[in-house]
Amino acid sequence: MVQMRTMEIMVGGFMAAGFVALFFLAMQVSNLSNLAGGDGYQITARFDNIGGLKVRSPVTMAGVRVGRVTEISFDNTTYEAIVTLQVDRSYNTIPDDTFAKIYTAGLLGEQYIGLDPGGSEEYLADGGTISLTQSALVLEEIIGQFLFSKAEEGGSDGE
Amino acid sequence: MEQLARLGRTGIASLQRLGRGHLLLLHMLSGLTDLTRRPRLLIAQLYSVGVLSMLIITISGLFVGMVLGLQGFYILSQFGAEEALGVMVAASLVRELGPVVTALLFAGRAGSALTAEIGLMKATEQLSGLEMMAVDPIKRILTPRFMAGLLSMPLLAAIFSAIGVIGGHLVGVGLLGVDEGAYWSQMQAKIDLHEDIYNGVIKSIVFGFVCTWIALFQGHDCVPTSEGVSRATTRTVVHSALAILCLDFVLTALMFGE
Repeated sequence: MVQMRTMEIMVGGFMAAGFVALFFLAMQVSNLSNLAGGDGYQITARFDNIGGLKVRSPVTMAGVRVGRVTEISFDNTTYEAIVTLQVDRSYNTIPDDTFAKIYTAGLLGEQYIGLDPGGSEEYLADGGTISLTQSALVLEEIIGQFLFSKAEEGGSDGE
Repeated sequence: MEQLARLGRTGIASLQRLGRGHLLLLHMLSGLTDLTRRPRLLIAQLYSVGVLSMLIITISGLFVGMVLGLQGFYILSQFGAEEALGVMVAASLVRELGPVVTALLFAGRAGSALTAEIGLMKATEQLSGLEMMAVDPIKRILTPRFMAGLLSMPLLAAIFSAIGVIGGHLVGVGLLGVDEGAYWSQMQAKIDLHEDIYNGVIKSIVFGFVCTWIALFQGHDCVPTSEGVSRATTRTVVHSALAILCLDFVLTALMFGE
């Protein structure tokens, strides 16, 4: 039989190892560290088509992550998607004529919002709206357009 | 007619066993207040259930993670998506393999030991002896073991997953040359604390509950002979494995189905 004291120490070590493992999973493996410092200001943008954008998709500026998508809703009257972005407090000098575009990371990667700053002196504040937007590129539409223009070319050659 | 009677007998027997199992569970849970007054009993059981299972869990976790790294790399490299190796390894470990493989190993390593121990105590009339001394054997013997199993399982599963992620890193980054930054950053971007990690922990708590319950019930309910103990031990492993895999399907459907 193991001594009570050694046993207690080993049980303590076991519990500590378990909690360290949980902590490791939470901090290193999951997105907890990205969510930390979650306070920021909200801006909304309207898109004709958001493609595969999801809640928690990143919002980037010049490739740097400045926030994330917190809410996606649909406007019944204008048939547009209303995307709410949460931008970190430290990035509070985004011009109000900023252009929001939906990009795709790689060919099959996830979609994210890229912000191209404009030249305005006015900055976006909490609750502000981005009016200049560009919808997501839907692959099927592009292929459709490409085929259509090819077919037209082919038709004109034949004449 | 004889056939029908036999069917009825089997049905009644299994219902009775189910009832005894639940009564035992209630009895064990009623001993929780006594356990708070004797934490040493719990520590002794945490040692034999948790600490002694750690070696097999760590080594299996390492190798499962390494195999995931190898297999994942071969498949992902066909699509030119080696960078997603971290996500694949971490998601499969945290969501499925961590809780399930840990529970299966736990049933084999600790569950069978619990059944054999309790069954032998019953066969050698130690449980009756305790009862003669006005000590409730279920509260004194079974409750600490039950709590130890319930507490150990999530910790063991977390250790398994964490070691597995490191094992995948060893093979993927160290051996096969996946970019280290991509391994971690893609993992952090895709693995969600609530969706993946909390659900994995909930799974392992459920498995710990079921595994320990089955092991203790089989030990307590066995025929008190050497053959009865050996049969009960076998049943523990078989029933635990089946319960874990069936419950895993149900839990996965509840948690990850939309």
